[in-house]
Amino acid sequence: MRVNFTVNGRKQEADDVWEGESLLYVLRERMGLPGSKNACEQGECGSCTVRLDGVPVCSCLVAAGQVEGREVVTVEGLADFAKNRSCGGHEGGACGTSLQEAQGWSAKGTDSQTGEGGISPHATLAPIQQAFIDAGAVQCGFCTPGLLVASDELLERNPNPSDADIREALSGNLCRCTGYEKIMDAVRLAAARQSEPEGV
Amino acid sequence: MDFLRPASWEEALAAKAEHPTAVPIAGGTDVMVEINFDHRRPEYLLDLNRIGDLGEWEVGEKTVRLGASVPYTKIMEHLRGELPGLALASHTVASPQIRNRGGVGGNLGTASPAGDAHPALLSSGCEVEVESAARGVRMIPIDEFYLGVKRNALQADELIRAVHLPKADGPQQFSKVGTRNAMVIAVCAFGIALHPETRTVRTGIGSAAPTPVRAKEAEAFLAAALEEGGFWENGKIITPSVAKQFADLCSAACNPIDDVRGTASYRRHAVGIMARRTLGWAWESYRGQSARTEGVA
Repeated sequence: MRVNFTVNGRKQEADDVWEGESLLYVLRERMGLPGSKNACEQGECGSCTVRLDGVPVCSCLVAAGQVEGREVVTVEGLADFAKNRSCGGHEGGACGTSLQEAQGWSAKGTDSQTGEGGISPHATLAPIQQAFIDAGAVQCGFCTPGLLVASDELLERNPNPSDADIREALSGNLCRCTGYEKIMDAVRLAAARQSEPEGV
Repeated sequence: MDFLRPASWEEALAAKAEHPTAVPIAGGTDVMVEINFDHRRPEYLLDLNRIGDLGEWEVGEKTVRLGASVPYTKIMEHLRGELPGLALASHTVASPQIRNRGGVGGNLGTASPAGDAHPALLSSGCEVEVESAARGVRMIPIDEFYLGVKRNALQADELIRAVHLPKADGPQQFSKVGTRNAMVIAVCAFGIALHPETRTVRTGIGSAAPTPVRAKEAEAFLAAALEEGGFWENGKIITPSVAKQFADLCSAACNPIDDVRGTASYRRHAVGIMARRTLGWAWESYRGQSARTEGVA
């Protein structure tokens, strides 16, 4: 079957989708967006977390056909998504991330040592992504995309989360490397930066 | 496999009538796991996501009509006052991602004894609204809904539309045993609802019998003991011997098995502990409420 939906602000079409296929499979294997990770395939690990109409969900548990006409944001589009949000969230137009850009996306953050940044017309990193780098919250990196999507949604909903709020919001994302402390640091850091006045 | 996408409830009922083997999918948190692991290859998937009113609820004078697909997150956020037991249970479901998708209709459809909503549904005394194109609406009392391990009272052409839950008329509690707080299938679970209007107590036990069950003897014993001691009026602390007897009767209502999550004897023991604790918590808030009411009067 064919499925039409919006991915990272751009309309996309997936063809020859098997009826029992998950949204995760469509993203990774049909659209070339492997940022969302495939690990448990049963909603236990959160590595495949995306936003579906704004709501964080495990994309492995959404049937592809269920996203017809709906909006999905993946980790590849997170930087633009966060940028649009901070500049008022206007819709359509030049907004969003094309598939080509999303497929070629890589983490070009500002190096915390040298202060050098990547060059791109689009937002390179969402603030939460930069915070994960700065706080050392990335080890093997497999859980990172899911954690970024979940953390970004938390900070959108709750700009000053308590530690308990952070733990609860990230309770569906497993990390087997970090012991979570650096991840907590990263979310706290992003929250603190977010609450700083512009230009400070 | 065919993917059916009805745009309305009527279309969904027609599709289910035409294809009785169609598997309804809403949040997908059970169905997709089975498909991903190749445990199930349904001939038809019947997507219910496009039917908007399944995700809505109405608060009436006496009851809440909760659409089958209202996600657990919404129950936690919006119905804590009317349905405190279900809201507490909802908060223990898996993780935020799962609570954003899953709803009570799925728990009922799957009818696993470990479904987190069941103890709260049983203790509230709700009714399940199911419908078929051929025979129309049927209201199934929750006590008659669970028939066996993952078997329920639904006919092949019926779909679950909503659950009608009485608004809480007294404190409700929920407790669940697992190895951690998030992402846990219950080893066992317990729900309790005090109903001061009828001076009754209802319970629900999860994961400790082939189906979710009530501890009816424990309920009858407690109601009689509370009545006899004038507890509903005097708001005294429940006598430890009464609480113990209630806990023992709740344990006795279990018919558990040994499995990877726990042994039968542990489950019986833990249900007794949860019964005593949740009764204590619920009774404390009842006493608090009646003390405040007296203070005002």
